[in-house]
Amino acid sequence: MSRSLITETQNTWCPGCGNFAIEHALKAVIAARVEEGFPPENVVLVTGIGCHAKIADYLDVNSFYAIHGRTIPVATGIKLANPDLCVICCAGDGDCYAEGLDHLIFAAKRNIDLTMIVHNNRVYGLTTGQYTPTSPLHFKGRSTPGGTEEKPLNPPALMLASGATMVARAYTRKLDHLSTIIREGIDHPGFAFIDVLQICASFFNMTEYYNERVYFIEGHDSSDFWSAWQKAREWDYSSDAPIALGTFYRSEEPMFDEKYRITRQSGEGRKRTVRKLLEHRIRQ
Amino acid sequence: MEDFSVLIGGKAGDGINRAGFVIGRILSRIGYRIYMYYDYPSLIRGGHNFTIVRASRHAGIASHHVSVDCILALDHATLLRHAGRRTPATITIVNSDSVKAENHAGGLAVPLDTITKEEGGIPIMANSCLIGAFCHATGIPWDVVGTVLDEEMPQETEKNIAIARRGFDAVPEQFILPKGEAPEVPLVTGNEAIGLGLLQAGLDAYVSYPMTPSSGILHYLAEVAGETSLKVIHPESEIAVMLMAQGFAFAGSRTAVGTSGGGFCLMTEGVSMAGMTEVPVTIVVSMRPGPSTGVPTYTAQGDLAFILSAGQGEFPRFVIAPADPAQAFEWSGRALNLSWKYQVPSFILVDKTLSEGTFSFDPEEPEWTGEEPIPRWDGTHPYHRYAEGEGGVSPFCPVPTTGVVVKVNSYAHDEDGITTEDPDRVVRLVEKRMKKSRGMQAEIDALDPVLVSGDPTAATAILCWGTTSGICREVGDIIGLRVVQPVVLSPFPAVALRDALAGVSRIISVEDNAGGQLASLAAAHGITISAQILRYDGRPHALEELRDRVMGVKA
Repeated sequence: MSRSLITETQNTWCPGCGNFAIEHALKAVIAARVEEGFPPENVVLVTGIGCHAKIADYLDVNSFYAIHGRTIPVATGIKLANPDLCVICCAGDGDCYAEGLDHLIFAAKRNIDLTMIVHNNRVYGLTTGQYTPTSPLHFKGRSTPGGTEEKPLNPPALMLASGATMVARAYTRKLDHLSTIIREGIDHPGFAFIDVLQICASFFNMTEYYNERVYFIEGHDSSDFWSAWQKAREWDYSSDAPIALGTFYRSEEPMFDEKYRITRQSGEGRKRTVRKLLEHRIRQ
Repeated sequence: MEDFSVLIGGKAGDGINRAGFVIGRILSRIGYRIYMYYDYPSLIRGGHNFTIVRASRHAGIASHHVSVDCILALDHATLLRHAGRRTPATITIVNSDSVKAENHAGGLAVPLDTITKEEGGIPIMANSCLIGAFCHATGIPWDVVGTVLDEEMPQETEKNIAIARRGFDAVPEQFILPKGEAPEVPLVTGNEAIGLGLLQAGLDAYVSYPMTPSSGILHYLAEVAGETSLKVIHPESEIAVMLMAQGFAFAGSRTAVGTSGGGFCLMTEGVSMAGMTEVPVTIVVSMRPGPSTGVPTYTAQGDLAFILSAGQGEFPRFVIAPADPAQAFEWSGRALNLSWKYQVPSFILVDKTLSEGTFSFDPEEPEWTGEEPIPRWDGTHPYHRYAEGEGGVSPFCPVPTTGVVVKVNSYAHDEDGITTEDPDRVVRLVEKRMKKSRGMQAEIDALDPVLVSGDPTAATAILCWGTTSGICREVGDIIGLRVVQPVVLSPFPAVALRDALAGVSRIISVEDNAGGQLASLAAAHGITISAQILRYDGRPHALEELRDRVMGVKA
């Protein structure tokens, strides 16, 4: 492995930010795959907009630094153009669960072979501290100084309901486990969804809360949807409960992108086909 | 006979559009050029649908007449609504199973439903019976009817032909429509012409969310996707459409999208992203009357100003407005090529009249652009995605390319695609885009972007754009006026337009909108409009209506 996979761009995440852990884990996983012979030019990273998205500037791989909420449609286009590419989305929780929620549900519904890593710090960081779809009930942010009056989404449950074929949760303070889950997601044939509980050092530091509650899933049959459903519903992102880390669910199903392995027609061949289509209009 | 028109009317679900198309095929087979207008409300069943098929000895027809030579009425409403289109010579054929005898208005009565049932057909096959009756009434030989039905009805062919024969035998010949001399050419809708033009220019993917009147492109391309190796995707929303298209293009696939105004509203954030990322995309917008849901199945030219400036920030774009299928075919190919050559969004701006109208289309008339070469990276490392290329265009390198990292970015960025807020780099990026504008202007000026027809020496000119240009050409021929159509609206071909208008003392603009959007655009370039003819009821002018309005302001 000759390349470092890290660009020379100056890093501007806050000290203690959970994004460092995700960057490190993702870099390690890509490096390992490249060591095993996967062509590095076949890796594409797609990001949204928010603190998480700076990873596009920092990781030295092909990247499409897109717009808020839109990682999945961009990634879908890339994957359908060339199903041999390994397409990874990094999105934020505001980005992916608010502005771009429809795309997330459709990616799961289609079972397109993408890996979705959600940097879920449960607060808008770059816009300096408003509530997101996964902030706990009564969260006091700059747009809700009296506390929110709405319960958070439960993303793993939502993804199970939407048909995702891999649903997992990781935590930025459990780095080895995070790397293992990301590797599993990238290797998974189909849509792999990973909700990463991420520390926001500046606006919502939940380190102590998470450290007291997280545990690794053991002895769980990840092919059993209903036991995955129970695990996903154990903690609702708001009330006090143990927080499971690991793969809730995994199954193999036909992938949306498989039928898009199509060889393009050459310029002249295409013209001939168009002529034929027109000729058929008068003589059938 | 120079010109022959037939109106077919009935309820939504009766298959009026299809029946009109088959009659168009028959008239095309006997040597006429065809234009077919299709009028339908936004519903699935009931309501009133009609088509007017106009056959002419002349090429380039793009409008319907007020009156018609033949009315084929599947129901009573057709007779009532279109009574004003009848002349003493108009032949009327009435479905006597749905219209009471006292309401036949002197028409030839044929029990279409009874005949269809007797032959064991399903209700929609009554159209075949009507087509047979029409052909006998107008003296079209049976062998023509049989052959065209055989081509157009791949399912239940024999039954349809038997039903048509019964209709043919049910009415006496009224007169003999003489054969024309035009060699038969395909009949296509504007939407199909756009699809075919994109295909011949090397389209790899078409992404679209259904919206009238653009959906015909999606339907047609999905139908031919297999034999053309095209990827056709219908995603969750127009937001997804526009972003997906850029994902495709990032990986090297030439991609187009299609929608109408409302869907395009959702695409604008993605259009702006294309402005910054410099990822090429071709966008077809087919207009209908707005604002908002408006009048969904009718026509308008109300979105020009919107398309010219949609998306935040300043970035160059091509906006092309073809008038007819030949222009749509040729310029759709060009639009795709230009978007890749300059790495900018290119728009094909049409409307319901072109999208869903059916026209004779001679494949030899337009230029077949094919897939033109684009500025590509020469292989010298390191690759810089946003390198200072010729005329502001950075050489393209697809993903994946061994040893190359390609980064595109919706933020302002440096030449490697890394985010920047540095003022000098921001300025460099702005000026790179401005530089493209100059090359694009020169490119357009060399492409004959303003078309002149009618009497090119006349001192009074009609200025028009898009579909209304077709009928304006006909009016110009009738009353001897110069007709000037800018096909490209961005970059605006001001020099070519002034040349085309040289010696003109009076300019009449014709547009299907209420604000005179082309007139405003021309005025911004120092071209003063003397009179404006505007229409905004969702319907295209009939030939005589526009002729009379132009005559009214000609002096």
